[in-house]
Amino acid sequence: MLLFNSFLFCGFICFISQIILDNSKLTPGHITSILVVIGAFLDTFNIYDEIVRRVGGGALIPITSFGHSLIHGALAKAESVGIIGIFMGMFDLTAAGITAAIIFSFINTLIFNPKD
Amino acid sequence: MMKNTKYNLIADSHKSEETKIKNAIIAFFTGGLIGLIGEGMIELFCLNFSMSRTDAGTLMIVVYIFIASLSTALGFFDKLVSICRCGLLIPITGFAHSMTSSSLDYKKEGPIYGIGSNMFKLAGSVIIYGVLAAWFFGLIRYLLGGSL
Repeated sequence: MLLFNSFLFCGFICFISQIILDNSKLTPGHITSILVVIGAFLDTFNIYDEIVRRVGGGALIPITSFGHSLIHGALAKAESVGIIGIFMGMFDLTAAGITAAIIFSFINTLIFNPKD
Repeated sequence: MMKNTKYNLIADSHKSEETKIKNAIIAFFTGGLIGLIGEGMIELFCLNFSMSRTDAGTLMIVVYIFIASLSTALGFFDKLVSICRCGLLIPITGFAHSMTSSSLDYKKEGPIYGIGSNMFKLAGSVIIYGVLAAWFFGLIRYLLGGSL
């Protein structure tokens, strides 16, 4: 069931984004930024947590999950150390993704040359 | 990814309704397939490496980033993106793709002013607006009270 929900949810986000992309002047950069903000907003009242619980992995893959992880880490840290935790815990959960992207991008850039 | 923005805008305005619907359906199926394989990976990692679901989710994202970064460097990810569009750009693969492609594009300008300062050229906006939004909403949530 989670597999099917993942397919539907991830597909739905991409479907909506493609419709916005085709029918407006926004670039993919605008759309990804908007989706990150939406993800952070949805997690403010734990809506995205509920989506992750019901959908599973499919909800972790779209870029909305990035905003969700940012605010989730910040709030988790704020719970234990107070208001300064919002600064400290921001990258707690997304650290793996950002680090992996930097490391793999750098290694691949060193090995390969741009193709045109 | 966004190099030919102006060209794309002009091309988009001449697209027929039929192409738009076709694009949206392709995006739905590729995005859905990525989500399906991601959930499959999580269940596989949980079962085989006795990981917790959270760890398996993180590993799954790292695997996707690795695949997207490698296929961008090999050169065939761009061709797939021109077919699938949002189906590949909205999932985490788009994030890895934008970082690898911008650092490859500026490779010739050297390690510091080329790769170092341009790697986040496209992905930077996602991180900056994500942090701004998360900080702002997080502060509101913290001040309103309530536990996670």
